[in-house]
Amino acid sequence: MSLKRSSVQYTPSYITLLCLLCNREKAEVEETLKRIQAHKGVIATIVVNAEGIPIRTTLDNSTTVQYAGLLHQLIMKARSTVRDIDPQNDLTFLRIRSKKHEIMVAPDKEYLLIVIQNPCE
Amino acid sequence: DEWAAAKTLVKPPDQLELTEAELKEEFTRILTANNPHAPQNIIRYSFKERAYKPISYVDQMAIHFSLNGNMILKDSDEGRRQSIRLSTAAEKAPVETSAVTSEETEIKDEESTGDTQAAGDEEAEGSGTAEVAEAAEAEEPPRPRAKEQKLANQFNFIERASRTLNNPMRERACQSEPTPCKNFSATANQWEIYDAYVEELQKMERSKEKEKTKVQIAKREEEKKKGRNLTSLESQSDDITKISKAAKIMERMVNQNTFDDIAQDFKYFEDASDEYRDQQGTLLPLWKFQYDKTKRLAVTAISWNPKYKDLFAVGYGSYDFMKQGQGMLLLYTMKNPSFPEYVFSSESGIMCLDFHNDHPYLMAVGFYDGNVAIYNVKKATSQPSYRSSAKSGKHTEPVWQVKWQKDDMDNNLNFFSVSSDGRIVSWTLVKNELVHTDVIKLSVEGTTMQGPEGLQLQTLGCGTSFDFHKKIDYLFLVGTEEGKIYKCSKYYSSQFLDVFEAHHMAVDSVSWNPYHLKVFISCSSDWTVKIWDHTIKTPMFIYDLNSAVGDVAWSPYSSTVFAAVTTDGKAHVFDLSINKYEALCTQLVVAKKKNKITHIQFNPVYPVVIIGDEQGHITSLKLSPNLRRMPKEKKGQEVKKGPEVEIAKLDKLLNLVREPESK
Repeated sequence: MSLKRSSVQYTPSYITLLCLLCNREKAEVEETLKRIQAHKGVIATIVVNAEGIPIRTTLDNSTTVQYAGLLHQLIMKARSTVRDIDPQNDLTFLRIRSKKHEIMVAPDKEYLLIVIQNPCE
Repeated sequence: DEWAAAKTLVKPPDQLELTEAELKEEFTRILTANNPHAPQNIIRYSFKERAYKPISYVDQMAIHFSLNGNMILKDSDEGRRQSIRLSTAAEKAPVETSAVTSEETEIKDEESTGDTQAAGDEEAEGSGTAEVAEAAEAEEPPRPRAKEQKLANQFNFIERASRTLNNPMRERACQSEPTPCKNFSATANQWEIYDAYVEELQKMERSKEKEKTKVQIAKREEEKKKGRNLTSLESQSDDITKISKAAKIMERMVNQNTFDDIAQDFKYFEDASDEYRDQQGTLLPLWKFQYDKTKRLAVTAISWNPKYKDLFAVGYGSYDFMKQGQGMLLLYTMKNPSFPEYVFSSESGIMCLDFHNDHPYLMAVGFYDGNVAIYNVKKATSQPSYRSSAKSGKHTEPVWQVKWQKDDMDNNLNFFSVSSDGRIVSWTLVKNELVHTDVIKLSVEGTTMQGPEGLQLQTLGCGTSFDFHKKIDYLFLVGTEEGKIYKCSKYYSSQFLDVFEAHHMAVDSVSWNPYHLKVFISCSSDWTVKIWDHTIKTPMFIYDLNSAVGDVAWSPYSSTVFAAVTTDGKAHVFDLSINKYEALCTQLVVAKKKNKITHIQFNPVYPVVIIGDEQGHITSLKLSPNLRRMPKEKKGQEVKKGPEVEIAKLDKLLNLVREPESK
């Protein structure tokens, strides 16, 4: 199928539509995060950016900073390990189960999503 | 005489005794000027030649006596100075005798005339080359008539020095700008190297593309500029959308934790008590899916996605004629039981849906108001991508079933729909528009009526379900509200190939056997499920289930297993190869009695069925091992797998049933 490039007019309405779309995605993600937080047993949700600075959190500041810093380093190490063994591979998820609760980390290209859940209750 | 006497030789006692001849020997003695004490062979090390070499000339001078004298030349500077001093000293001491003074005056007089001579007489002349050397400094002769004490210092020493001009020192430094330094550290791992190569590859590919499309560069640049502005805007505002993928994975993980036991059951649990249950099986309830917006809606259609085996779509609507509201289409995944992945809404209740086999993101949907639509899951909107309308030939009655067909000759997507208005319509997606073609009109035989003005009107039957043959493309079955099943061909639009008088009430579902080419099953609200061979007019097997049967489905793993659901909330699973007359499992699936089950579907891969009910709930159940029995292999024989085995299995059964008939 030949792709013929038709000239796209970036009218103001088109731009607002694009913004609306990305707002929609934003709303979806926000909703997902809220659902996760409201899920049974979830203690806390933290979003950390690429430099290890927490962007969103439901915990108090000092604990958040601690979690963010430590887990950030751990994820870098884990990812480096996985990719060292096979560069085409990549880390998708990390779960640390401890006596008291479970820490789940989902790494992304730029961000880190940390959720602490108590799975037993 | 005394002298003569003295001439007698006196020999010392230690004199050498020599012979006369030896006494007369003459010894020559040469007088040389050589120093007898000087060494004759001095050897010195020569660094130039790096060897020891004898010195060619040895100093022969022998000094016997040396005495440093203290006599200085009268005419030398020192001599003159001393003479002057003596003269002045004589003036200073007038106590001395007149002879001395006169001597001094004489001296002075002589000095005034020729001082050097006088001084020289009195002074002693001395040898000494050293003194001459000392006095070699250029000095002015002292002032002779200095009666006054004008000497600056004791030694009558005047020094006059001159110095070169020393340029004042000034430090001047120049420093260049320090090159800006930055600390850089990085690791070089396998993956970093790999990433660098991948980036390089992508750059090369992009440059190749640019080469290919040089014509449209100008246009593209413009668009790119605008696009770039837009992306910068977007990147500032969405911080959080980039985390959508991670959030999705996280939600699934959280759910997995919460529903951990169910997930373990789904994966690993096999009911061990099936051995003791004597061929009966059970259905183990797994997850339950519900969404609050569909609480008042009934599940009207369920379908598994052909590509992702854990994803299924559920259509919501209402079977009640009086209570028609909006409809919803939800896509759930077994990995996330608490929230649907995709949500679509519509104004009219959805009655049926079907996934396209090759494009698993496209779903065809039929509505209660007779419209059909295509939903594209990839698109973000919750509205259908294409929709039929009254102008484009929608049905006048609810659409009961839709099914995708193979792409037509122009590679357009097309699907069929069947409705109570008696038409089977083929919809083709031509350039973003749905174009309809009537394939067959279900005319009921023998019911032509006399309409006004003498027209012959055919009443049409109401189609309620249909199914296409898996292998024979043109062959399909249609079930109607009158209880008849028509065997039709796509190529014959006016006539049916065959008619089966199947049931007494509406046929709710017909389905071809996935393995056997001739067998199909039908179920109806007249409480029966019937299995047919399409070449024989009477059913092979009939099962009475004591309640209106809502849906029936063949299992994908065996040609003899099927499941049916009844409106009293029970699910029945049959396996013909084990028990031809009774269900292996009859289980109450839905708790409340008010609830009716509407649909059932087998998962194509996992031993799971999903059942939808009238309150909008979906229940997933795991089939116990007894329900999934494969034929036992005899010892020593290879286990044959594949559709041929299944077909043979069913054939064997059918033959048992058919034989009395053929007789």
